[in-house]
Amino acid sequence: MKWMKFLLTGIAFGIVMAKSEAISWFRIQEMFRFQAFHMYGIIGTAVVLGAIGVALIKQYRIRDFKGNPIQFQPKEKGFFRYLTGGAIFGLGWALSGACPGPIVVNIGYGFFAMIIVFIFANAGTFLYGYFKDKLPH
Amino acid sequence: MIAAIMFSLVFFGQSFGFSSNLRTICAAIGLGKKVKFFDFDWRSNSWNLVFLVGAIIGGFIARQFLSEPGAAVQISSATVEDLARLGIGAPTSLQPDELFGWEAVFSVKGFLVLAVSGLLIGFGTRYAAGCTSGHAISGLSNLQWPSLVAVVGFFIGGLIMTFLILPLIFKQ
Repeated sequence: MKWMKFLLTGIAFGIVMAKSEAISWFRIQEMFRFQAFHMYGIIGTAVVLGAIGVALIKQYRIRDFKGNPIQFQPKEKGFFRYLTGGAIFGLGWALSGACPGPIVVNIGYGFFAMIIVFIFANAGTFLYGYFKDKLPH
Repeated sequence: MIAAIMFSLVFFGQSFGFSSNLRTICAAIGLGKKVKFFDFDWRSNSWNLVFLVGAIIGGFIARQFLSEPGAAVQISSATVEDLARLGIGAPTSLQPDELFGWEAVFSVKGFLVLAVSGLLIGFGTRYAAGCTSGHAISGLSNLQWPSLVAVVGFFIGGLIMTFLILPLIFKQ
């Protein structure tokens, strides 16, 4: 039962990503070419609703299902790592048309070529961990 | 819907950020012995791996039960024209065969495209401390400056790939 809620949330996530076509390489290309509102609508709606929700949680000090106060971890300060890391991520995102979530949704959908992307994404994260101390942050 | 998923995870005492799983998997296969970055209690992130498994099942359900066979993505005609110039045909499904079909996967170029893309995604996402879900959705929802910087970074990289590198890779 402990895991069930996360499994179900994951299933909902997978279905939403697939049905909204957010897992499609074509949609990501269309987004980076600014030729349709589709992806901006999906992400924009999530952010606007998300921001309202976060504000409400903070305002009313809403608690989670265990009764613990909900706290949002602020991101560490910085600029270089976010811009550079983000740009490297963006290169990969535009190439395979998938970010980490959609990679695995695609695998479930039957695009098994994404297994290669997934394996190498893990390798990429390993490389980051390996060189972390030598990189400027 | 995505916001609802984010708040479900928040309500369950966690947070919405998919790419942490990549680090968790590196830790779970024992890389923590070699590299300190992966030496942490990865079991505390098991919930996110369960979420990942759910996402795979969700993709399967969407394909099996919720979609019409042969349904193509209705992208704008401007994009179809642009992609045709790269030698990529109009959509016949969710993904182009030119990248994800078996023929592409088993060619050197096609394999490299997928592998390099994976490396960039995995490396960049940890360097930037988050991906689309962690930064663009969770981070921007919480009005975090670093997330806005990261999203600007996503677009810098994405635009360079789309307009400068893709034409080189798929040169006719």
